[in-house]
Amino acid sequence: MSTIELSGITKRWGEAIGVDNVSFRVDEGTFAILLGPSGCGKSTTLRMIAGLEDVSEGVLSIGGNDMTSTPAADRKLSMVFQSYALFPHLNVEENILFGLKVRKTPPAEMATRLAKVAEIVGLSGLLDRKPSQLSGGQRQRVALARAIIAENPICLMDEPLSNLDAKLRQEMRIEIRALQQRLGMTVIYVTHDQAEAMSMGDKVILLNDGKIEQEGAPDVLYDRPATAFAASFIGTPPMNLLKTVAVDSGAAIDGTTVLEGTNGACLFGIRPEHMEFTDAGGIEVELVSADYLGSETIVAARVGDQSILVQTPGHVRIPEPVKARVTWDTKNVHVFDAGSGRRDDNVRALPI
Amino acid sequence: MSRRISQSYIYGWLLLMPAAIFLIAFTYYPAVATLAKSFFSQGTALKPSEFVGFENFAYMLDDDVFWKVAWNNIMYAVGTIPISIALAILMAVWVNGKLPLRSITRMAYFTPTILPMIAVANIWLFFYTPDIGLLDQVSAVFGLPSHNWLGDPDTVLGCIIAITIWKEAGFFMIFYLAALQTLPPELEEAARLEGASRWYYFRRVMFPLLMPTTLFVLINAVINSFKLVDHLFILTKGGPDNASSLLLYYIYEVAFSFLDQAYASTLTVVLLLMLALIAVGQFYFLDKRVHYR
Repeated sequence: MSTIELSGITKRWGEAIGVDNVSFRVDEGTFAILLGPSGCGKSTTLRMIAGLEDVSEGVLSIGGNDMTSTPAADRKLSMVFQSYALFPHLNVEENILFGLKVRKTPPAEMATRLAKVAEIVGLSGLLDRKPSQLSGGQRQRVALARAIIAENPICLMDEPLSNLDAKLRQEMRIEIRALQQRLGMTVIYVTHDQAEAMSMGDKVILLNDGKIEQEGAPDVLYDRPATAFAASFIGTPPMNLLKTVAVDSGAAIDGTTVLEGTNGACLFGIRPEHMEFTDAGGIEVELVSADYLGSETIVAARVGDQSILVQTPGHVRIPEPVKARVTWDTKNVHVFDAGSGRRDDNVRALPI
Repeated sequence: MSRRISQSYIYGWLLLMPAAIFLIAFTYYPAVATLAKSFFSQGTALKPSEFVGFENFAYMLDDDVFWKVAWNNIMYAVGTIPISIALAILMAVWVNGKLPLRSITRMAYFTPTILPMIAVANIWLFFYTPDIGLLDQVSAVFGLPSHNWLGDPDTVLGCIIAITIWKEAGFFMIFYLAALQTLPPELEEAARLEGASRWYYFRRVMFPLLMPTTLFVLINAVINSFKLVDHLFILTKGGPDNASSLLLYYIYEVAFSFLDQAYASTLTVVLLLMLALIAVGQFYFLDKRVHYR
């Protein structure tokens, strides 16, 4: 009923292309994330699904019906805005009931639904407050309540947590996810925060420059990034991508041959958390600085003229640059074509 | 210690003095003097001014012309304010949207405001002139008889009202336009997603959020309707038979044509009291209904 399918969706403003031939499918009951850096077209895509923005090209279908040019109100979906878009002159109750009043729902039914929704989002005691009298987190809940009271099968969320502080964001992530599962909603959630995407999504659609870089489950994006962009966007700190030099049998970093079977220039990818310091073997690096995070330390280092990050447990201090050796397991190495950025699985990583 | 305090007092008062002198000389003294004068008779060479208590006010209550101009002024206010505010909102919503030649349209609506009232009155004088004026030229095409718009007591006030609306609506539009641009577009989108029609959105969201502007505009419009007289000098001089005279114009006539400053002061006091009462009423009744962000 609420499967959303985009085929060849494009958005143009004159010459400028915002979203370029994007196709994906979100199954009923799925929590899908549109992830990408700012300006990648994720919000525009969401707004096209909502019907707030016209589709220049392509077909949008919801529940098997072509909804490409259906008015927003007839698409049976709710939306949570980044700014919450609460009506400042209406109190919480009136804000939540706004849509039901527009649709002339009988008062008795409104009252039951309001009580139920207020209970779910934990706003029961605040119904007569104005939005200006609420904290950021409470406003967020009002926006959520307004979205779910319509009992639409689909809910679109445009960076709903970006105005909250870190701790609250963490709590709301869990709550929104739990709410989605409890109500069985199909959610499309826009964010630029990859941690949010990884922790909440059933499916992540990574966009860059108006195009889809990769789509799949969070662990697929982490374990097998399809492009160098996906590799560097997913994970904190991001994956190290090192330029390699072609040698007879393969490719080398700073004189050490690390790959074989390469075909032209390629990028060698290894995540900071998959590297470790060693006494012998590995490659030599120069440690430059350390960023202590509590349970681990992110060490910035140099290999030849390239920078890398290495994650290591405990607290490491680097008062002045010092030489060290790092190594990795070959199964954690990712190789990308230097030109196209595509993943290349034909190259074999050599143990070092 | 106390010397330093008294020094800084003197310093403070010296800084305040220039502004204070002007305020007292041109605002407070005239106001108090006017109030005082309204309790005295008009002095002449033979009969000096003397305290008469409320005699001037009693005379006013018996003055048919006063009642006539007061009634005219109420009709003028009722005729101009709601229509110019409604037009202002309509124009503001219209030019706030996507529109070809938007800035030119905005400017066109605002043009009447920047014209001096005297020039406006002259332009409209050409419209209203019998036989050769624009209105009569147009009505002649449809075979209607010529009409002396400003010479007929039945139409003259309506003509003045039309001019004022034409001039003020564009001015108020600027305030509404500014207020509309502070409304986040997401509110409209959120309402649209819920299936609210444009009218529903206007009634339930946009208009209530414009209430602070409406209150401001309303008070300005009321004050203006008692304050604007420039066009009367050019167009009608209050005639015919005081049919287009307004309170302030009548005060001017009494003070400078009939040279009865005592009675003019009385009328001024009454006008000020009325304005104060209206302003207090507006704040008292409307403030509770206004949502300030």
